[in-house]
Amino acid sequence: MQNHFELFDLKLGFALDGAALEAAYREIQARVHPDRFAHAGDAERRASMQWTTRVNEAYRTLKSPVTRAQYLLELQGVDVGLETNTAMPPEFLLEQMELREALERAGAAKDAAALDRLRIGLRRDARLLEGALAEAIDARRDYAGAAGLVRKLVFLEKLGAEIDLAYEALEA
Amino acid sequence: MALLQISEPGMSPAPHARRLAVGIDLGTTNSLVATVRSGVASVLPDQQGRALLPSIVRYLGDGRSEVGYAAQAHQTEDPKNTIVSVKRFMGRGLKDVAHVENAPYDFVDAPGMLQLRTCAGVKSPVEVSAEILRTLRTRAELSLGGELAGAVITVPAYFDDAQRQATKDAGRLAGLNVLRLLNEPTAAAIAYGLENAAEGIYAVYDLGGGTFDISILKLSKGVFEVVATAGDAALGGDDFDQRVFCWVVEAAKLPPLGARDMRKLLVKSREAKEYLTYHGEAPVSARLSSGDWVDLSLSTEKFCEITQNLVQKTLGPTRKALRDAGLAVEDVKGVVMVGGATRMPQIQRAVGEFFRRAPLNNLDPDKVVALGAAMQADVLAGNKPAGEDWLLLDVIPLSLGLETMGGLVERIVPRNSTIPVARAQEFTTYKDGQSAMSFHVVQGERELVSDCRSLAKFELRGIPPMTAGAARIRVAFQVDADGLLSVSAQEKTTGVEASVRVKPSYGLADADIERMLRESYEHARDDMHARALAEQRVEAERLLAATRVALAADAALLAPEERASIERAVAALDAVGGGSDHRAIKLATDALNRATEEFAARRMDASVRRALAGRNIANLDV
Repeated sequence: MQNHFELFDLKLGFALDGAALEAAYREIQARVHPDRFAHAGDAERRASMQWTTRVNEAYRTLKSPVTRAQYLLELQGVDVGLETNTAMPPEFLLEQMELREALERAGAAKDAAALDRLRIGLRRDARLLEGALAEAIDARRDYAGAAGLVRKLVFLEKLGAEIDLAYEALEA
Repeated sequence: MALLQISEPGMSPAPHARRLAVGIDLGTTNSLVATVRSGVASVLPDQQGRALLPSIVRYLGDGRSEVGYAAQAHQTEDPKNTIVSVKRFMGRGLKDVAHVENAPYDFVDAPGMLQLRTCAGVKSPVEVSAEILRTLRTRAELSLGGELAGAVITVPAYFDDAQRQATKDAGRLAGLNVLRLLNEPTAAAIAYGLENAAEGIYAVYDLGGGTFDISILKLSKGVFEVVATAGDAALGGDDFDQRVFCWVVEAAKLPPLGARDMRKLLVKSREAKEYLTYHGEAPVSARLSSGDWVDLSLSTEKFCEITQNLVQKTLGPTRKALRDAGLAVEDVKGVVMVGGATRMPQIQRAVGEFFRRAPLNNLDPDKVVALGAAMQADVLAGNKPAGEDWLLLDVIPLSLGLETMGGLVERIVPRNSTIPVARAQEFTTYKDGQSAMSFHVVQGERELVSDCRSLAKFELRGIPPMTAGAARIRVAFQVDADGLLSVSAQEKTTGVEASVRVKPSYGLADADIERMLRESYEHARDDMHARALAEQRVEAERLLAATRVALAADAALLAPEERASIERAVAALDAVGGGSDHRAIKLATDALNRATEEFAARRMDASVRRALAGRNIANLDV
C-alpha cells in the first residue's frame, strides 16, 4: 500500500507544502466521497467509505506536525517511544513544571490574559521545535534525535489541551 | 476529426431522469420540507400555502392522529395527547430532560429512550417524529407528483450518536429513504454560501427551539469544510419560554398548576417572547381553570434580565469552536444567523458584540436549513452533473471513547474529526485466564465515564486463556457519513477472531422498526408486499443502471472471466427484475452487488490515480 505521502503525491519529508496537501486531499475526496455514491450500489458505497476513511486519516496525520513527524519516524522504523521512553532532559521538565504552575495560577485567578500569554508562549515554543524537527529529519536524518523532539512536542500539545480546559472552566 | 456518437436503436440512453429528492428540517418547534426545481430550492407549502408545519402531534382516541396546525389548535385542551417539542426527547432518557416537571405528559421511563403514554398507547419519540416526517413526505409527494427517491434530514450538529440514530430511525419509520443526516448549520452554510458565492471563514450561529449549534466553516469554490463545531443540545428558544413561564408563576404567585393551565401559560409565555422582538413591553394575560385571571406585563428589560445567562450560555461553545478551529474572532468573515430564536434582539446584540461585526440575517432563519438540505439532497440523488456539484466535509461534534479501569474514558475518536473516520485501539486482559471482556462505548469530552453519554455496552467472549496482559484485543470504531458509529472488537494473538458489531442501545432494533412499519401500513391499509416489491425493483434498476455505466466506462479494468461473471449476474437480475417475487429480486440484487465488489474497488483506485495524474498535468501548465 502507498504511504500517506505517495497517496497525495508529496515529497517525503517533515517540511510540507500545506497548499499542495490540501489541494491533493480535496482532489481525491471529490472523487471518492460518499456524497458521490449516495445513489450507487452497495459495492461502490463500501469502496467509497473505505477510501474516504483512509484519505481522511492520511490527511489528518500529515497535517499536524506531531503526527507527521511520528509517521515519518515510523516509516524509518524508529519507535518514538511515547509510552516507553519517559526520560526527558531535566531542564525541559523543569520548564514544563513552571509552565504548569503558571497555568494553575492563571486558572485559579480566572486570569484570561495570563492564559493568552501562556498560549502565545506555547505556540512560539512549538514553532521552534518544529524547526528543529525539520532540521533533524530532512537535513541530518538524525531519527533518534527527532524522536526526542517529538516527545517534547507531545508534552507541549498536552499542555495546550490543558490551557483549553482552563479557558472552558473560566467561561463556564 | 471527432466522430459523433449514435447509439444503437432502442438502446438510446433515457433523457436524464430527475430523481425526486427533498430536504427536511425536522425542527423542535416547526418542520419544513423543501426541494430543488429547475435549479432553484424552494420550500413546499401545504394546501393552504403555509410553509411551516408546527412540530406537534396529537393522538386521537380512534387510531387517528393530527399533525401541525390542527394539533396545535388543541394543545391546551388536550395536553397529554398533544406532543410538542418531541425533538427534545429524541435519544434521551427521562433523567436527561430538563424541566420534566413543567412538561404536561405521562412519561414512561424506558431503557435508553423515554416514552409517552397517550390515548393511542405508549409512543416513543421516534414514532412521534415519524408522524411529522410522514406528513411532510405526503405533502412533498402530492406537490411533486410522484414517490420520493430520497430525503436528507437535518439534525443539530451537536446531536450525539443516540439522537442521530433516533432521527434516522424516525425517517425509516416514515417510509423515507434517508440519503443523509445533515448537520443543520452545515445545511445553512450551503444555502448561504451558494446564494452569496461566499469564500473564507464563516461562523453559523444556530439557535433553534431546543438546540444550539455553532459551526466554523471554511468556504471555497465547490468545497464546504466544517473546521469545528460546538453547541448545547439542550438550549434553545424553549428555554426562554420557560424563563418567562417561571417569571409569570412567581410574579402572579400561582399555586402548583394542572397540565392544561401549564400548557396555556407556556403558550402565553412564548407569545410574549415573540411580541418583545418588535415591542418594548408584552402583555401576559390568561384565565386559569380555577377562574382566576393572570394579568401581567413583561418589559424588555425584565425579559433580558431573566434570560441573560441563557444568552451567555451560547458564547462558551462559540469560544470553544473558535479555539478548536485554531482561529480568532478577527479571522471570521461573516456570522450567519439561523433559527427563529436568533430574532430576539438581545441575541443579535450579543453575537454582534462577540464577533465585532453585524450578524448576517439576509436569509429567512426559519427556512435556510431546509433549503440547504434540499440542495444537498439534489446532489446526493445524483441530479447535479459533475462539476456543478460540491464537496461537503463535515465533522463529529463529540469525542468517542471506551471505558477503561477506574471508570476513566479512553478517547478513540476525537471531536471535530472529519467524517467518515475509522480508528482502532488495542486493549489487553486484566486477569490471568480472562475469557471475556466487556466494552462500554461512551461519547463526550469529560474524563469520567459517569460524565459522558453511554452509547452501548457489549461483550467479547471466547478469548483463549492467557496470562494477564497477553491478549491483544483490537477495538475498531467506524463513524459513517451520517455521523453514526459502529464498533467491533476482535482478539488477534491466537488467530481466534471473535467480533461483534453494536448498534447504540438508544436506537431501535431493526425488528422494532419493521414491526412499527408493518403496524403503520396496516393502519393505512397499505399493501406491505406491494411496497416491498416496488422498493426492491427501484433498487434493482438503480444497480443495473450503475453497473452498465461502470462496464461501459471501465471494462478494461476487468479480466474477461471477471467481466463474464458480472454480466451473468446482470442477466440474472434482468431476468427476475420485472417479476413480482421481491425476494428473488433481492437475492439477485445481492448477488450482483457481490459480483461487482472488486470491480467497484478497482474503479475507485483508478479514479484516485487519475485525480492525481490530472493535477500533475495541471501543475505543468503553470
